[in-house]
Amino acid sequence: MKESTIMKIHYGTALASVGLVAVHILMRLTTGFADSLSYENVLANYQSIPYVIMLELILILLAVHGFNGLRVILLELKQGRVYEKAVSYGCVVAMIVLIGYGSRTIIMTNMGMV
Amino acid sequence: MAQVSSIADEQVSTPLSSSKSILLRISKFNPQLDESSKFLEFTVPYEKWTTVLEAILDVKKHFDHSVAVRYSCRQATCGSCGMMINGKPKLACFTKISELDSDVVTVEPMNNFPVIRDLTVGFEKLFEKHQKIKPYLIRDDADMKSDEREFLQSPQEVEQYIQFANCIKCGLCNSACPTMATDSSFVGPQALAQAYRYVADSRDKGKDTRLNIIDESHGIWRCHFAGSCSQVCPKGVDPAMGIQFLRGYLLGFRS
Ligand code: HEM
Ligand code: SF4
Ligand code: FES
Repeated sequence: MKESTIMKIHYGTALASVGLVAVHILMRLTTGFADSLSYENVLANYQSIPYVIMLELILILLAVHGFNGLRVILLELKQGRVYEKAVSYGCVVAMIVLIGYGSRTIIMTNMGMV
Repeated sequence: MAQVSSIADEQVSTPLSSSKSILLRISKFNPQLDESSKFLEFTVPYEKWTTVLEAILDVKKHFDHSVAVRYSCRQATCGSCGMMINGKPKLACFTKISELDSDVVTVEPMNNFPVIRDLTVGFEKLFEKHQKIKPYLIRDDADMKSDEREFLQSPQEVEQYIQFANCIKCGLCNSACPTMATDSSFVGPQALAQAYRYVADSRDKGKDTRLNIIDESHGIWRCHFAGSCSQVCPKGVDPAMGIQFLRGYLLGFRS
């Protein structure tokens, strides 16, 4: 992929995250801080489909943004053909693993597995 | 003092009778012989107009001929005499001792360049990156025959790029760039500013070619807006601004 395409995604994910994280924080303010993290409330959040879609989006956006940012930092830290390949593929794999792991929680809740 | 015949016979000196003096600390390092660099210290007289380069040449003439320093024009035109002066990249011929406001002047080779010896550094990489962005007009009819007219430009068209054409390839910007400090493959502010210089030239048709060259993993996107390049540029080129203009093309804000 062209570097300019990657960076457009980088800036785009950052901007989209600002909006979605704002909504996310506002939703948290609908209850007190302690209540927000109580077991039943967390489960209820995960079972509300629109909210869960938003959480999943934030997860994807920030995983893409964060791991691309990490790739940039690592590419600037050290150079070399093998190293740079490892960094690029490593970041994509880590991104997918993190999204998979986060999604797993949401999916398990909705399938009534917890 | 006897003139050493191998030294260029030049009228360097500040008169030694000057009332003011500074401690000039010169970094000495020969990568082939030395483990690490050390500083030689000299007390050098100066006048209001004495430049750091003149002080170094004074040391070479009167105290230590072996100090390695590169210079030529002495008027901020050739781009040879870049070095760290009290920690900042500057042209030695364009920096007066009086303006440094310090009793101690420390000169070291430029950061982010390989040291050849003492104050001289290797420019191979800078030139290589400069060449990479094709620093010449690209167009099919660029080779003119003797009876043809040159390509005319309006004053407004010249305005678009002339500031960037002032670059003397001194390398101060690359030396100040924080990305260059760790990313040896980064194309760097000098080459990026020159990429913009040609892209902005109405006679040039190589925009897409150049944008493609700088749009890679160690290209323009590794600039993080520190702006130190523009702060140290002795010719007012403002590479950081050129970089943002180039980014504008790549992000679709300019065409
Ligand atoms: C939503 C708010 C955020 C905004 C507006 C934002 C914006 C940006 C921008 C514009 C860059 C590019 C900087 C440059 O090229 O110099 C960047 C880089 C980066 N971002 Fe974010 N970001 C945000 C959140 C995050 C989060 C939550 C993470 C961690 C998961 C993150 C991780 C990174 C990393 C590691 C870099 C690379 C460092 C760098 O290039 O300077 N960012 N961010
Ligand atoms: S842009 Fe300025 S600092 Fe950089 S090489 Fe050209 S003249 Fe020197
Ligand atoms: S000697 Fe030419 S720029 Fe300083």
